[in-house]
Amino acid sequence: MITNEILYLAQEGNAVTAVTDFVREWPNMWPSLWLGTMDTVYMVWWATVVSVLFGLPLGVLLVATDKGGLIPAPAARAVLSAIVNIGRSLPFIVLMVAVLTLTRFLVGTTLGPTAAIVPLSIGAIPFFARLVETSLREVDRGVIEAAHAMGTRKSTIVGKVLLPEAMPGLIAGLVMTVVTLISYSAMAGAIGGGGLGDLAIREGYQRFNDHYLWATVILLVVIVQIAQSLGDLLVRRLSRR
Amino acid sequence: MIDAVGLHKTYRLKKRRVQALHGVDLHVESGEIYGVVGQSGAGKSTLLRSVNLLERPDSGTVRVGDEELTSLRGARLREARRHIGMVHQHFALLSSRTVAGNVGFPLEVSGMSRAARATRVGELLELVGLGDKARAYPSQLSGGQKQRVGIARALASDPKVLLSDEATSALDPATTESILALLRRLRDELGLTILLITHEMDVIKRICDSAAIMEDGEFRESGRVLDLIGTPGSLLARSLFPLPENGGPETVFITYPRSFDEPFMSELTRRFDVDVNILGGGVEQVAGQSVGRLSVDMRGNRRSEALTYLSEHGLLVEEAGK
Repeated sequence: MITNEILYLAQEGNAVTAVTDFVREWPNMWPSLWLGTMDTVYMVWWATVVSVLFGLPLGVLLVATDKGGLIPAPAARAVLSAIVNIGRSLPFIVLMVAVLTLTRFLVGTTLGPTAAIVPLSIGAIPFFARLVETSLREVDRGVIEAAHAMGTRKSTIVGKVLLPEAMPGLIAGLVMTVVTLISYSAMAGAIGGGGLGDLAIREGYQRFNDHYLWATVILLVVIVQIAQSLGDLLVRRLSRR
Repeated sequence: MIDAVGLHKTYRLKKRRVQALHGVDLHVESGEIYGVVGQSGAGKSTLLRSVNLLERPDSGTVRVGDEELTSLRGARLREARRHIGMVHQHFALLSSRTVAGNVGFPLEVSGMSRAARATRVGELLELVGLGDKARAYPSQLSGGQKQRVGIARALASDPKVLLSDEATSALDPATTESILALLRRLRDELGLTILLITHEMDVIKRICDSAAIMEDGEFRESGRVLDLIGTPGSLLARSLFPLPENGGPETVFITYPRSFDEPFMSELTRRFDVDVNILGGGVEQVAGQSVGRLSVDMRGNRRSEALTYLSEHGLLVEEAGK
């Protein structure tokens, strides 16, 4: 659609005019774009908090219950892993609809950014848990053995060995989760979740206002860039290997 | 100091049963350096891990000091482990912590205050010669420096016993030398008891007072290194002095358990009129003494008299034919 417009404008020799129109239109769009951005940031922020709160322990359990882990429990691990796989295998748009009842139960409504936090978190918890699992597995087993040999409790091993040693990987996983949540949040817009995705669909697509479409795309790219750069910076600061 | 009796341990690896320990008895005296040498897969790593119960043996008992570790579990076992230091082949340092943070880790775990920890860490780093590296991260150190950090960490909670798991196997010869010298110095200064496992005969030769040769989960021979070398048919003597087996029936292996001033070979030819042809030999510093081994061809009518003469003077004589 954008491409068509650009082609059309190009034929008319009006590409420059299109850009100036867009720039001139920006102040009028800004109030709703700002609200949309804030809604997106709000949804993604809280969904990230909930994902870490549940996904981090879940990832630790996946590693700890594995055989040769801190508390080997193959049966429990199989169950956890199956639950995580179910969560991972549902396309987000389907998951969103599937958990509507739960959303209504928890938030009281299925509309708006707060309601969207529920499916976003449920989608991101298993995603983050797997990333946590992967980075914890990369911690040198010899270091864990050394901690045992020094008479360290298992909970202390998690808190003072596993998590700190895996920290760069955990942060990288967190950034990936945030970026995924930003894209999920745009999808949540499609069923009334609010935010930039909602704006792009309602104003841009349904009202044929391409300026909104371009603006939301630009804002989403900027948000992802900021999240990724902050994350990369943190990973570099934390890497001691 | 360490008494392990009747240790058995079997692993199940995908339907295959691997017997890692097959009735091992280990006795390490207080203040000695005891080396267990063997090929990989001989069970020495399992043996070492049985001593601080990182691996629980299927049967047998382990005592360290006056505590029977095999009867302990949970918090009491963790407490007992804090008094047994361990040094690891690949150093096993926390990459996210500084040198000081690593050395202080066991103290932190046992609940020592931050201030007391800082003092102790300073002392320990001085002890291993890394006083200036407190703020460095492990990735900025050489292998030898990393192992010094590992040793400082193992000594943090003032253990009486130090377990060394191939501590020098990842290091180059010169660094190995300096780490072994450090271990020996620590034994002398702190009165440590050290149990080490290694696949390098050199380590046994350089610092061990006692040694055991391990194969297929069993000790083939064990005891004081010098006693072992003076024992006929000793595997240890043979491994320490690899002599050519190219001799005929006249070949004799002669072991000098200490250094002698007497010129035995010329003495033999003069007194017993035998011809002596040296096939191979060597002198090594073992447990602080010069020990030598010769392989000679000896012919002549009074050959057996000559051999008796050597035996009477404290040399160990083994005839190839016998």
